[in-house]
Amino acid sequence: MMRIASAALAGLVFGIGLALSGMLDPVRVLGFLDITGGAWDPTLVFVLAGAVGVTAIGYGLAGRRAQPLYDESFRWPTTTAIDPGLFGGAAMFGVGWGLVGYCPGPAVASIGFAGTPTAIFCLALVGGMILHRVLPVAAANPR
Amino acid sequence: MISTYDPMTALIGGALIGLAATLLLWLNGRIAGVSGILAGAIAAPGPERDWRTAFLVGLIFGPVVFAFFGGTLPRPVLPPLPEIAIAGVLVGFGTQLGGGCTSGHGVCGLARLSPRSLAATMTFVATAMVTVFLVRHIGGV
Repeated sequence: MMRIASAALAGLVFGIGLALSGMLDPVRVLGFLDITGGAWDPTLVFVLAGAVGVTAIGYGLAGRRAQPLYDESFRWPTTTAIDPGLFGGAAMFGVGWGLVGYCPGPAVASIGFAGTPTAIFCLALVGGMILHRVLPVAAANPR
Repeated sequence: MISTYDPMTALIGGALIGLAATLLLWLNGRIAGVSGILAGAIAAPGPERDWRTAFLVGLIFGPVVFAFFGGTLPRPVLPPLPEIAIAGVLVGFGTQLGGGCTSGHGVCGLARLSPRSLAATMTFVATAMVTVFLVRHIGGV
């Protein structure tokens, strides 16, 4: 029960952070990605700096504890491979991100207010995930 | 296109995202990667799905709470539907193949100084910039 509540709290704070930072507006994100347009929007750099900075401190402090409050161990990622799957997947993701200006966090966070096109993006997002699960490529690149 | 921005608000918003990532790790021991959480939430039922679903519900309510307390939410302008659908599939498939998105690799991974996440982040930012360049300045892909 506490695990559910704490995950919901983390999601809520995440969503408020995205809204406050302006990252729910795909136009703003595209303004960061458009480096030749003459009106470059650096907002995303400040958002990333704030997020990475606080996360680095928070993660660093967690290293002093044996376990999280509501689970038995910290589930740090174990995959370290820098392989074709990583580059290929990241490259595909970037193309989709550049087409619309949505990455998964802002897209999902916008479902409640942004209307049908955003919902369609989220459905396609889930479709892409399911596609990855059913195609043989998934077996070659275990998560 | 002229866009206004406020670095301090962006920094504070980013810090809140970092706080959320810290909370999820301290309390549940998990990494706040939205694509991974979403993929897990549409997988088989069980406790692994439940906390992920809860995170996503919180994530969706975040902007609603923000607006309730006077915050302004954007009215997103998106491209035509076929483009939205193609982009969504690319983002969904790509984040699974590449093991993360802007939050998992870009925020949590960089905070851990993970070389894998740095490689992923540089790759997706680069292809996203190239895509925007092609669409906006060359006129379609």
